[in-house]
Amino acid sequence: MIELDGLTKRYGEKVAVDGLTCTVRPGIVTGFLGPNGAGKSTTMRMILGLDHPTAGDVRIDGSRYEQLTDPLTCVGALLDAKAMHGGRSAYNHLLCLAQSNGIPRARVGEVLETVGLMAVARQKAKGFSYGMSQRLGIAAALLGDPRILMFDEPVNGLDPEGIHWIRNLMRSLAAQGRTVFVSSHLMSEMAQTADHLIVIGQGRLLADTSMADFIRRHARSYVRVRSPQRERLLDALHEAGVTAVEAADGALEAEGDKAEQIGELAAGHGIVLHELSPRQASLEEAFMRLTAGSVEYHAQSAAAPGNWGADRQGGTA
Amino acid sequence: MSTHQPPMPQAPGAPDWQAAPGGSYPGYTSPIPVVRTHLGHAVASEWTKIRSVRSTIWTLSVFVFLVVGIGLLVGALVSAHASESSLSGTNPLSFGFFGLLVGNMCVITLGVLTTASEYGTGMIRTTMTACPSRGRVLAAKAIVFFVVAFVVSLVSVTFVAMVQSSMLSGSGTESPSGGAWLKATVGVSLYMALLGLLALFVGSIIRHSAGGITIMIGLVLAPLVLALFMATESLHSVRDFLFEYSFPSQLGVFYDSTLSGSGPRGWDPLWIMLGLAAVAGAGAYALLRNRDV
Ligand SMILES: Nc1ncnc2c1ncn2[C@@H]1O[C@H](COP(=O)(O)OP(=O)(O)OP(=O)(O)O)[C@@H](O)[C@H]1O
Ligand SMILES: [Mg+2]
Repeated sequence: MIELDGLTKRYGEKVAVDGLTCTVRPGIVTGFLGPNGAGKSTTMRMILGLDHPTAGDVRIDGSRYEQLTDPLTCVGALLDAKAMHGGRSAYNHLLCLAQSNGIPRARVGEVLETVGLMAVARQKAKGFSYGMSQRLGIAAALLGDPRILMFDEPVNGLDPEGIHWIRNLMRSLAAQGRTVFVSSHLMSEMAQTADHLIVIGQGRLLADTSMADFIRRHARSYVRVRSPQRERLLDALHEAGVTAVEAADGALEAEGDKAEQIGELAAGHGIVLHELSPRQASLEEAFMRLTAGSVEYHAQSAAAPGNWGADRQGGTA
Repeated sequence: MSTHQPPMPQAPGAPDWQAAPGGSYPGYTSPIPVVRTHLGHAVASEWTKIRSVRSTIWTLSVFVFLVVGIGLLVGALVSAHASESSLSGTNPLSFGFFGLLVGNMCVITLGVLTTASEYGTGMIRTTMTACPSRGRVLAAKAIVFFVVAFVVSLVSVTFVAMVQSSMLSGSGTESPSGGAWLKATVGVSLYMALLGLLALFVGSIIRHSAGGITIMIGLVLAPLVLALFMATESLHSVRDFLFEYSFPSQLGVFYDSTLSGSGPRGWDPLWIMLGLAAVAGAGAYALLRNRDV
């Protein structure tokens, strides 16, 4: 269990993390989301005692990180895949970490096996691809068989097989009763992995809820309808008080979760339907709605994603 | 099969995340025995680190090559060309001086790299996560480096001293006393290791390999270079002070049995270096504790 209590970090004028209070619980995968620069990595560094909080406090199972007498068997973390000496072999990198915590040497081989790097164990880390470094970082996090795991953007650089693997890994780690805290920008991936979400924007807590609840609360649901008699259908919907807008491909999108009502309405009016599908709003959409106001770094492109952005600027590139 | 099951995706399924009960921190318990970590663990880890990178092998091989090579060369040249009268009364061990005058650069480089290189790669975050006691990390690095630097210096310096004294025996040089032997082997090796330790602490303060090495080379060379440019009469006392306390002069003290004159003598250079290293170590520790990694 990780408990944050009013956690705050200021770098000069810049408030990176602003009074964060939340709890990361065992037994589930907790997703940590936020736009670029929201303070996710900073929060994780403070949890590990690397950065000193300006104010507030973090507790790992009730104690401060620096008070842990067996840090690696308590917390395993992957912060930055490239945070290792390039001239050292994968085996020796893990060995020096194992020795620093009195972890049996045999564990090094086991975790290399788990992440699939056994064949390159004796090669220097600087020759590794990003995905291989990421796997080595994950091996280091698993080394002490810890009860808390923390990953900062673990799927970056992994191939599809690797993404599938780490998704299952995180779920099974959580199923064993461990605390799993993971940040990512890949929403579709997160939607399949996380049970609970903590969302921050500009250092402040925006949401701390279950995945299902988050989507329900922050994304619109709608029913997609296609009909050759579109005008009549629009009138019928209007009469019934259902708001509908025209989608780009000529279909209609009716607000709300009213597929049955629309179907009956169409039947009543003798309108032919070619499609009637309730749409599950995506996590991505929910996330972008929620964080629209706290996105700091906008891409300056005419093809800026979606129309939720608070202040889209015209393409000047 | 080991007793430990690697965490693999056998049982995914939706976990019941309502079930996280209160009470005192429930969750997973590992079959791996929990060990209370101490300084010994950190030392073992640092030893693995220092022996598993090329830069250690390179700096130490070049050091041995310079000290032994220059030592043997100087010994051979002196025994071939110097007349008996010109050598009378000289300490044969003193020809070990030249190798160390150049070789110290390698010790400095290794010292700085031991701490600073971890900042360049980001490894320091991994290190501090594995051992959150920052003082323990610094102490372990200092111990491992000091022992390595001392042993390598002692072996090469002693080898050179033995070869040189046998080369020059019977050519008019005096036969060195036990005290002279001790200073020219153990003494000068401790001096080298402490110089490297100073570099290690500077590396930890500067957190940048090239910067740390530059500063250390500056510290070693600056007093002598400054003194060379102080021609004015009014600066004579400053100039003499800089000369006497410059690195080459202090190194020379280990081969000098004369107790006359001003400046450091006897074992003084060792105490001076110890003081410098202690001050730098205290500074490095204070900064390490307070800064973000
Ligand atoms: N060492 C530092 N010195 C100064 N500012 C920093 C430092 N570290 C982080 N920041 C600032 O703090 C803010 C949060 O950064 P952080 O890296 O935690 O964001 P993040 O949520 O991890 O972003 P990303 O999704 O891009 O990884 C940023 O504005 C960043 O510029
Ligand atoms: Mg980040």
